[in-house]
Order: sequence, then C-alpha cells, then structure tokens
Amino acid sequence: MLEIEIDGKQLQVPDGSTVMEAATQVGAYVPHFCYHKKLSIAANCRMCLVQVEKAPKPLPACATPVTNGMKVWTHSEQAVKAQKGVMEFLLINHPLDCPICDQGGECQLQDLSVGYGGVQSRYEEEKRVVSNKDLGPLVSTDMTRCINCTRCVRFTTEIAGLMELGQAFRGEHAEIMPFVEKTIETELSGNIIDLCPVGALTSKPFRFGARAWEMSRRKSVSPHDSLGSNLVVQIKNDQVKRVLPLENEELNECWLSDKDRFSYEALASEERLTRPMIKQGGQWTEADWATALEYVANGLKSVTAEHGAASIGALASPHSTLEELYLTQAVVRGLGSGNVDFRLRQSDFSADGKREGAPWLGMPVSKIGSLDRLFVIGSFFRKDHPLIAQRIRQAAKRGLKVSALNPAFDDWQLPVVNALNVRPSAMASSLLAVLKGLVEISGEAYDGEYAAALAGASSEPAARAIAESIASGRRSAVWLGNLAVQHQDAATLHALAQEIARVAKATFGVVGEAANSVGGYIANAVPVAGKGLNAAQMLASPLKAYLLLNLEPELDTAAGSSALRTLGKAEMVAVFSAFKSAAALEYADVILPVAPFTETAGTYVNCEGRAQSFYPVVKPRGEARPGWKVLKVIGDMLGLESCSVDSIEDVRKRVLGADGFVEPAKLGNAVHGVELKIAPASVRLERVADVPIYFADPIARRSAALQQTTDAAEPKARVSKATLAQIGIDSGARVKLVSSEGSVVVTLIEDEGVAGGCVRLAAAHVLTAPLGALNGEVSVERV
Amino acid sequence: MTSQGIILSGLDGDRTWRLADYVKRGGYDALRKIIAEKIPADQIISEVKKSALRGRGGAGFPTGLKWSFMPRAFPGAKYIACNSDEGEPGTFKDRDILRYNPHSVIEGMVIAGYAMGCERGYNYIHGEIFETYERFEEALQEAREAGLLGNNILGSDFSFDLFAHHGYGAYICGEETALLESIEGKKGQPRFKPPFPASFGLYGKPTTINNTETFASIPYIIREGGDAFLALGKPNNGGTKLFSVSGHVNKPGNYEIPLGTPFSTLLEMAGGVRGGRKLKAVIPGGSSAPVLPASVMMDCTMDYDSISKGGSMLGSGAVIVMDETTCMVKALERLSYFYFEESCGQCTPCREGTGWLYRVVHRIENGLGRPDDLDLLNSVTANIMGRTICALGDAASMPVQSFVKHFGDEFAFHIEHKKCLVPKDVQHEGSKIYVA
Repeated sequence: MLEIEIDGKQLQVPDGSTVMEAATQVGAYVPHFCYHKKLSIAANCRMCLVQVEKAPKPLPACATPVTNGMKVWTHSEQAVKAQKGVMEFLLINHPLDCPICDQGGECQLQDLSVGYGGVQSRYEEEKRVVSNKDLGPLVSTDMTRCINCTRCVRFTTEIAGLMELGQAFRGEHAEIMPFVEKTIETELSGNIIDLCPVGALTSKPFRFGARAWEMSRRKSVSPHDSLGSNLVVQIKNDQVKRVLPLENEELNECWLSDKDRFSYEALASEERLTRPMIKQGGQWTEADWATALEYVANGLKSVTAEHGAASIGALASPHSTLEELYLTQAVVRGLGSGNVDFRLRQSDFSADGKREGAPWLGMPVSKIGSLDRLFVIGSFFRKDHPLIAQRIRQAAKRGLKVSALNPAFDDWQLPVVNALNVRPSAMASSLLAVLKGLVEISGEAYDGEYAAALAGASSEPAARAIAESIASGRRSAVWLGNLAVQHQDAATLHALAQEIARVAKATFGVVGEAANSVGGYIANAVPVAGKGLNAAQMLASPLKAYLLLNLEPELDTAAGSSALRTLGKAEMVAVFSAFKSAAALEYADVILPVAPFTETAGTYVNCEGRAQSFYPVVKPRGEARPGWKVLKVIGDMLGLESCSVDSIEDVRKRVLGADGFVEPAKLGNAVHGVELKIAPASVRLERVADVPIYFADPIARRSAALQQTTDAAEPKARVSKATLAQIGIDSGARVKLVSSEGSVVVTLIEDEGVAGGCVRLAAAHVLTAPLGALNGEVSVERV
Repeated sequence: MTSQGIILSGLDGDRTWRLADYVKRGGYDALRKIIAEKIPADQIISEVKKSALRGRGGAGFPTGLKWSFMPRAFPGAKYIACNSDEGEPGTFKDRDILRYNPHSVIEGMVIAGYAMGCERGYNYIHGEIFETYERFEEALQEAREAGLLGNNILGSDFSFDLFAHHGYGAYICGEETALLESIEGKKGQPRFKPPFPASFGLYGKPTTINNTETFASIPYIIREGGDAFLALGKPNNGGTKLFSVSGHVNKPGNYEIPLGTPFSTLLEMAGGVRGGRKLKAVIPGGSSAPVLPASVMMDCTMDYDSISKGGSMLGSGAVIVMDETTCMVKALERLSYFYFEESCGQCTPCREGTGWLYRVVHRIENGLGRPDDLDLLNSVTANIMGRTICALGDAASMPVQSFVKHFGDEFAFHIEHKKCLVPKDVQHEGSKIYVA
C-alpha cells in the first residue's frame, strides 16, 4: 500500500494505483475526457492535469502512478490554470453548436466547460471542419465536434477486439475514422456512443428523439441473451426513447450489446398488436378482451372435453418472463396436460428425466475473468453472447487459454489456442477423444461410466492438445454453447462434456440461449419425462389446441416451416404475442396482444441463476396487457387454483419462494445415465445452423436499425474450399439446399471456418425456415 | 564538411563509406580490442561516463548514465535503437555521418550492444534520405560479411545484429518513443512516460535510444579512452561536436569542432556572414531552440553550458544564422508553420495550440495583427509548455517566446504599421544573395 495525500486528505492506495484512482477514492473529482476506467490509459486530453509536489509541471492524474508520500492538489491554482488552459484548447476548434447537438445536456465537454471554460473565446480564426464518417446504421457522426480523445478507438480495439477505428492524419488534421470504405461491424458498437464525451458519436436510431432532461430513466433487464444485462430505459410521453446500460459490474459492467441497446425500436413497430383478434369463418375481427379470453377458455374447455387434456400443448419462448412461463405451465397442467416446453430450438431431449437441475453456467459471470482455461463446445460465441465473449477477451489478455470444438468458426476476436473444427455428427467422437486424452494425461485408471465408449475412442492430436490445455489449468471451465444444446445429439455432448469437466476438475457450464433459458426450468415450463410432450414432439404431430407464448414457430423452433403445417391442423391455436405476423394470421384462431418487457413486470433468470425482476417502464400499448395477467385470467376462467394469484409478486413467490432468489439446489448441470450416441463417420453433407444475433427473437427481428447491419444480412450457405471442390460448385453460385423437410435457394460462398462436409446456413430467417432442423443431412444442387 | 574532430576527419578520400576505408582509418579497432581483451561491460560504460559524452540528439543527456540505466540482467530481449530521424529544421549532420562514415555508427552500436547486453539494434533513418538508407544497408551487409555483425562477432560468443528502418518523413518520429512506435509498425505518436524506454521500450522490452552522432563517437572513446575524448572538449562537455551551420553564411555546411569553441570562430570557419552584412540573430541548436540576438551569441562558446547560460540550447547543433535583412516575424511564421504541420495530433495543447500560434503569427506577418497579439502568443505558449505528452509542444513554443522576447519591437512594428521593420527591398536584396 502507498500513502498519498490528495487535497490535504490522507489515504492509502494499492501499489500501482494512479493518481486518478486515488482521487476517485477520496472523492476528489478530476476533470477528464480521455480517461475511462475500462480502457487503456491514453493521457491525450490533458484535462486531468494536477499539481504534484516537487514536480516542476502539472501531471496528468490518469497516467501518473502514485508514489509513496506523494502530495497532490487537484484544484490548486497551478492545477486549475492548467485545466482551464486545456479546456480553452479543446474549445477553440469545437463548433459550440450545443443547441443543435444531440449530446446537449449530457455532454462531458459542455458540463466541464461550465467550470473550466472562458466566457468568450480568444480564438477568432476559422474553425476546423471534419467530414462525417459512415459508421453504419447505429452510430451517427458529427466529427467536427470530435476532441480526439480516442476512447472509441480504444474501445473497439480493446473491448470489442476489432480494430475498426483509428486516428488518421496528424496534428490539427487528425481525424477519427473507420478503415477506408468500411463501417464498424462490432456487435458492441453502441458503447462508443456512451463513451464519446462530446456529440461526435450519437445514436442514429435515437437521433433528435428527445433531450436528455426530458426523459425519465427507468431500470429494466434485457430480454435477449442469457447474460441479463441491466438497462436504463429512457422514456418520454410514455414512449421508450432509448436504452442505455445500467452499470452492473457483475454482469454487463458498463456495456451493452447492440441487441440490448437498439432492439427497443421494435416496441414501436407497426406490427405491434394493440387489440385482441379472433378469426371467424376465415376472417379476422378485432374483439374486446372479455370476448377473446372467453374464446380461449371455452376453446380449451371443449378440446379437453372432446379429446382429453393431453391434446393441449403450450410452447413458450425462453424470452418470456419467469411469471409468464410459470402461469403457462400452470394453465396447461391445471387442465391436466403435461405438454409444455420452452426449449424451442432443441432437438434432442433424451436427457430429460436424467437432469439434476436447471442447466446453468456453473459459475458466476463475475468469476469468468479469473478462469485460466476454457473449453467451449459448439458455439457462435461472439454473436451468441457478445458481453460474455468480451469478458473472455479481457481474460485472454491476462492468460486465459481458450479451446473450442465447433463445426463452424467465426472470428471471435480473441485468441482461440486450440480450435477443433469437425462436422456436427463427429463432435461426440471428438469429445470422446478429448476425454481419452485427459485420462491419459491424468495417468490414472478411468473410473467413470463411459469406459466402454472410451475404449473405442480415437486419438486425435487436436483433441489431445485440447485435453492438455484444459488439464494444465488451475481454474478451468468447460462450457456448452447454444449449438451444442440445439445439437441432434445434445444429451451425448452434454454427458461427455460433463465427464471431461469431471476428469479435468473443471467447472462445467451451459451458457444458455436466451434471457430465461434457466428460468424456464425454474418455472417448470418443461415436460416431466413420460408425462408430457416436449417442444419437438408437440410440433412433430398435431395436437388439438396450442398456446403459443411470444414465439414465431417457423423462426423460433427447430421445426422451422413444418411447424406451420402442424399448427394448421389444430382446432385452436391461441397466440400470445406482442407482434402480428403473416404466418400467425394463417395458423392462429385467436391472437392476444401481450406486453413486451418494457410494458410488463417480470423476472429473468440469467445464465448464472440470478433472478432479476423488473417493473414496466411504460403503459402497455393500445389494449395490450401483461402476459401474466392474461394467463391468470384464463386460469381463473378455467377455475384453476394454481392461477389464482393476486399480484405478480405472488406469482414470483410461487416460483422463487419468499426470498426471490433461485435456490442453488435447483441449478445443476449433472445428467446421469445418458446413453451415448456416437455417430459413425459420415460423408454426407450436414447442415450447421447459427442463429444470427439479430434474428434470434421477435423483438430483435423487428428493430429497423439492427436489421440494416451486416449481421442481419440475408443468409448465405457457407462451405469450406475443400467442400466446394468436392461438390463441384463455385463460390457465388445460387444453389438449392434440400433437407428432409424442404428446400431453399440461396447463394453459396466459401468460408474456411466451416468444417469439411458441412454447409453452414443460418436459422431463424424466413428464407431458411423451410429447411427445418438446425442440423442433419442436406444436399446441394446447382440451380 | 570541415573537421577538427573524430567523426568527419579523414573523410577526404574516395568511397569513405566502404568498410576497407573505415578499417584503414582505424575502424573496428575498438571492437576488436573489446573482443580480444574481453573488456567487461561495466568498464565500457564507465569509460563512456568518463568521456562526458552527452547525447547529440538535442537533449544532451549524459550517455554513460543512460547506458547504466539499462537493466543488463533483464531476461529476454533488449534493444538498442539509433535515432537517425534527423527532422529538426537546420540539422543535417547525421545524414553526412551515415553517408560518409556509416561504419562508425555500426561499430558504436555493436559496442553499445556489448555493453548493455543486447543482441539486436535498429537504426531508424528518416524517410527523405532514401539513398542514405540504402548506403547504410550496404554498410550493414559489408559488416555482416566481415563477421563484425551477426552471430559470434569476430569469433567470440557475442552476437549482435543490426537492422536499418526508414521512416516516412514525420518529424515526430524523431521523438524517441514515437520512433519506437514507428518501428513497431504503428502510427508514430509519442508514448506517455513513465514507463521510460529503459524499462518498457521497443516491443515492451528495455531499450536504449541514442543519436547517430552519439554512437559514432563511441569507437574513439573506446580506442583512445574516455579521458582523451573529454580532453577534446571541455569539462562536462566532452569531445567534439558536429555543427550544421546554415542560413546567411558564406560557407554553410557541417563543422566538427571541439565543444567550447567560441561561436565567432565557428562563424569564421563558415566564411562569415554573407555579403559582409551584420549578424542579427542565431538559433544555436535547431529550430526548436530559442533564438539569440547577435550580441548574446557572439559572447557564447559552442557547448551545452555556455549556450544554456545564454538562454538557449545547444540542441542538435543546428546553427541557423540570420543577418540584418531577415524579417523576424516572417522567420517565426515559417517555424510556427512547421510545428503546426508536424504536431502528431495526439494531445490537446499541441494539436490545437500549434495551429493557433501559427495563425496568430501569420496574421501579424500579413498586417492583420492586433495590439494584444503578443500577450496572446505568450499566453498560448505558456498553456502549451509543460502540458503535453512529448517535447514537441515545448519545441513549438520556445521559438515563439524567444522571438517575441528578443525581437518584440519588430513584432510591435508589424502590428502597428502593418508592414515590416526591415523594408521589403532590403529583404529581397538579402534573398538575392541567397539565390546566388
């Protein structure tokens, strides 16, 4: 510890602290622009100059290390003179166009100029003008306002991992710009808007939407990925104007992914449902709630009476709230059916009944940074989990070694030390090879349950390298990504990954696809093995009545377009959704407008098992109503005791108990007695499907700005160069992809990240929905 | 090129840049001596300390002391860099050293590598002298072939390799940390210090950076001893030094003279002020050094201490001579424009301030000056100085402050009368000689 005196106050700081950190600790505000606690130190704005005893010149607080016995004055005459001098320089070429600047009212330069700026400028020459840059559909630029603090440059390089911005030219001509003819494509780009201390980078979708002081700030939780980022939703006139991060060091830190930040646009989409609708004689008519609810309740009653409760099924999106998920299963189970599921993109359910608890990350998110080895199995990590990937990226700088087994790799913008790239059907045997390697390294006899399978395992050098990497760690983790969970042999991958983690003494985790991928299990929105149908079964052969909560089955399930055919055969399909869709108008009989996350109270349980409750930030649009209330009323109409709740807190209490926490005992990744399915080596083409970041859920799909990004481009079929040669088709050709479910016509391109013998084609897109299953055999024909 | 010293002497022969010629002049004897006698590294450093050799790049930091900062015991790579990015207006000495005596630099760097336990060095040569860069590459090749560079130098177990790296013409890359960034392939921008290069330099490894002339002085010090070098100059100012004399003199060029030689002698060697005119002012150490009026300058001797006492800096030894036909406002305008163009743009005071300074001087020169402009210039320079990441901010400010201080009348005249104190025809008369 070092002793330091700041503005007369004594304190002790850890070795290696900077004066800025010490000043923050003692509550002395040192003005600054380029300094940011999460970014590297640039010391270029010079605003934080302070007086240091014995130093002949003022020193920048951000970059000056504390020495023992140092005396610092942050507001002495020398310090303030230096700070004012810098402020004058910052303002001479700044346009001072605050009245027409979107940053006005929340601008660091504006705020600090009140304290440190002059009344009138001494600079009367022409000011610098800098041409604006095209940074894509999310970030708007007014580069003349830029003060060259390089926070955005450092963010993209250090946090997003992508060197996309830089400072070109020199001196007064210096400009921040992307590479020539390029925009920025990181999925974390919105953070540079927050970081920009002036109005150079502002939000394009929000542009001129409101003044900072006109909006109320409400807390919320992101409904998208499994991290559960904390949000500040800003509203004006009962409308969501924009979304900003709510700092939570244990989850999203001070960042947000672009999906979390910009998807709010969908809340005002023209496709929002504002009134209940009923289809009569093939015609849709708007109805009042009483009629619509009556219709659903009666429908359920009559189906139960005529066909038995087992002919009713409910599918709920994992982006639904915990309360919605709970009440959905309560309604279904109250009627006597066991058909309820939220694991829509999953295709292998053979681990059901063998699980110890809800699959979860196996560790708190905040501990990711202390891992030293990580083995990721089946994941499009960077796009599936942008901010968890960011944590791994930072940990990798401190020595975390990442290995991965994947049928298709994207650039994760972090070093993947061992990348094993095999076709989906070979993933299980690769895991077996890793396990074999681990057993060999341990030098002990194998005492687990897969001795027989292990005897037949191959020895691949790449698998051995992964085994060596995991075994060499002191804090290792093995994680299953979304692709592994959606895999056709998910149970086998799970069991083997679990065994690998056990032998390697690593933490075992499932990263989870959606905001409530853990919550769905906690709310019991899963069938009990043998007593109900899972998602795949419900969509494989038609039931008589379906309740669909917050999903678009052709895009959100593994069944793809075939789901529509199944649903078309049902007697009653009740859709609970915030959005209208053309497909739903076809298969549905009644559509109930339920409120999205900003208009309802609810709870999400994130990947680490943290239950985060939130309140509505605005009133429901039109006659939309919170899903939990709608379900409760239907339950009441059906006379179901399990739905008789008074408030959302009441629902929550039923799921989580009085404390509002997920009991640790309910979380558990262990599966027992899974029969391994090791596929024989195949030469047939297999599909690999990613769920592109902005197609993943109904809200993201309707955000206009996100849909203009390169991540939302029309899906193309990707194959490796060798596979291209094998099938004899050139990159760029239009091809017809045929699966057992259907066929699609897409463009074929070369992608060396895809394993040999595979075709990567995104799921969750209208264009690719006819193909159905996310993996399985496909064939390619030239068209 | 006139030499009373060690680096440029004996260079009147043919192809002096060849290894054979250098060896004939006693070249590589120092290195051979070190290798043969297995002289301990500490002894070399103390010899350099004894010589009172001070950095020839401009700051004048004692070289031996700098070398002793290098953590010899540091495991892994350590580097030596030679700063041949001679961008300071008025300076052209390193160019001639590399052109005519490149092996002296190579030998100096190999010895430095030996003394500081480094196995790799870089010579950063500025972009505008490409043929010099090529010649240096040839010299490196000669040295490698002769076993004077590379693995197991002269059959010993000491290995050292040296690489030339040419810049692209940015003045800022002469700042040592910007130079390191540039070698690393990044944009040439100075780093914030601490950490200093001795602990975190090239590729994050301990690095010592010296000027070309500094390295070129090393072989003599080892060969003849530190005392002999010191005796060439005066106490605390050891050795001889190259001065690039330019401007209004009859014989501009490089002059290698003992430190402590009176300025008047140097001026005489350079053929005196052209056309027999009166000396008006001298910038004694490159464009960033404060200008001194003739009266002060004529009393100075050419060494670090005397020039410093006179109120300026010996700097890189670029002596810019201005006669009575010079308009000091115009001269400052040109200098200010240089710094305005060469600021790297990284930190605020320099990025914004250099442009401001230039514009104010420009408007004074063009008859648009305002009564309080001199106060403004002084205030802006005060706001830049000592507030920037590197010394460029100071370098841009010192000329402005000194011009205004010593020639304030001329500036005031410009502002008041919207024309120059030195009549235009007199200025033109001066330039005519310049053209001839």
